[in-house]
Amino acid sequence: MDLSVEIGSLRLSNPLIAASGCYGYGVEYADAVDLSTLGAVASKGLFLAPREGHPPPRIVETPSGMLNAIGLQGIGVHRYIAEKLPELRRLGATNIINICGSTLDEYVELARILSDADGVHALELNISCPNIKEGGITFGCSLHGTFDVVSAVKKVTHLPVIPKLTPNVTDVASIAKAAEDAGADGVSLVNTFLAMAIYVETRRPKLSNIVGGLSGPAIRPIAVRMVYECRRAVKIPVIGMGGIANAVDALEFIIAGATAVQVGTANFVDPFVWSKLTAGIEDYMRRHAVRRVADLVGSIDTSTREKEWVSS
Amino acid sequence: MPLDVEARVIQNTRLSPDYNVITLAAPEIAAATKPGQFVMVRPSHGSDPLLRRPFSVFEIIRSGNRVEGLSLLSKRIGVTTRLLFDAVYGDVVSCLGPLGRPFDAVSPPAEAWMVAGGVGLAPFATLTEALKERGTTTTLFYGARTGAELFYLDWFSSMGVRVVLSTEDGSIGERGRITGPLEQALRQASREIMIYACGPEKMLEAVSRVAGAYKTPAQVSVERVMGCGMGGCYSCVIPVRDAGGGHHFVRSCLAGPVFTAADLVWDHD
Repeated sequence: MDLSVEIGSLRLSNPLIAASGCYGYGVEYADAVDLSTLGAVASKGLFLAPREGHPPPRIVETPSGMLNAIGLQGIGVHRYIAEKLPELRRLGATNIINICGSTLDEYVELARILSDADGVHALELNISCPNIKEGGITFGCSLHGTFDVVSAVKKVTHLPVIPKLTPNVTDVASIAKAAEDAGADGVSLVNTFLAMAIYVETRRPKLSNIVGGLSGPAIRPIAVRMVYECRRAVKIPVIGMGGIANAVDALEFIIAGATAVQVGTANFVDPFVWSKLTAGIEDYMRRHAVRRVADLVGSIDTSTREKEWVSS
Repeated sequence: MPLDVEARVIQNTRLSPDYNVITLAAPEIAAATKPGQFVMVRPSHGSDPLLRRPFSVFEIIRSGNRVEGLSLLSKRIGVTTRLLFDAVYGDVVSCLGPLGRPFDAVSPPAEAWMVAGGVGLAPFATLTEALKERGTTTTLFYGARTGAELFYLDWFSSMGVRVVLSTEDGSIGERGRITGPLEQALRQASREIMIYACGPEKMLEAVSRVAGAYKTPAQVSVERVMGCGMGGCYSCVIPVRDAGGGHHFVRSCLAGPVFTAADLVWDHD
């Protein structure tokens, strides 16, 4: 059975990627999980400089999901390369580095620095974090901004470039198309949905940042729809994410058009989720006589309607 | 390495209308747990609650030499603690651990003074056992809202722990917060003392201030809103003092939950 997939020149041993911001720098999980068995690890978002992030409370649970406003606390790219990357290399991880910029120049500078580092396999451009004011999402919310940042980064790196898209736009497929036109090797989506929650008794927001990003099973159907739309709009690979908690969820994204998937919130609930996802996907492939997982990508059958109207 | 165990409930004792002690058949985790460490618990398999919640390990349950499981001291305040309160024999609870930095148990001639507020009693049963092994003279300062919410007093006494109590309504012990009796005792103390504290953050802040005033070292166990317990989510951060006088956020799941009191910045937010 062949679980490998390709995102541009990046070959992953399987389609399961630890989502950025949900897996620390990867090394935190090395005691529990053999990182070389993951398709890839997407690092926590990195700026050039270290960042403090927002004061707590930074998360709150909501129905079938959670809000977060971490504020991209991070050690900065230089400490990442010096302190984390050697360990990740030793562990055999495939590393997708998530980079964040306040300006276009910062993305370019980060891409330059990381292109020279040993053990970096791809760059994910965070143009979609809903929790910080400067940079980032202002690129991801416009066609021009997306085009400009992707093309600027592509000019300075040989690494596959994957912009991570926000769902907080009217038409995410058009953003994916702008990324493709600018030379992106793939797109990943969705980042979290801008949301908020309030304690009614005290009338205070539940997050210190007032608003935050919604993730978890609550967003899954919207994310599946957006992946489906992007798959139809672009030829480059789409990496899908949004509330994947088990193999069926992962397969739903793959069938909708995702070449690979990222798992975030579910890893908080179960750090050992990865082997369960792999086993479930393999079981599906056996039952459906599918030899390559890549053959399932975008295999949704819209020609006929579901006949079994079984309520579950 | 932390383990994830689908643990059967082997006992659930209601101590009051809000408090319970629930025993889980997770012997592998229990055997590896050090005093002050925690587990991430999820008593459902649906998506409410979705995330696990952190609990200090309360007791290591043994039968002879064999470790049978661990217990949690829980106070019913939300969806997870309600499910733990209502759980019955045979229910399954996902239990991930042991996690976090434990207490450092002192040896004689130093004395150990444990300061507990409410459900913050939880880490002190295992710490008491570790201190007893070392022959350390131990005192428990234990405060609650009311006398009916002071638990396991006989057990601590049977372990040779001197118990000092306070309640906010004055029903048992001194009326007021437990930092009152703590400060009085510190004023009269002449021996070397290590303070251990667990409870509401306002109490930990007060204990840290009193400990600092009497130049007494203190280890405090904090509880912050925690998403994963593994260092992945960066939600449970707490400000820690920098050498330069500023502060930075560290994850309480990895750097804690036990901190040296003097390292923490309490007036940050």
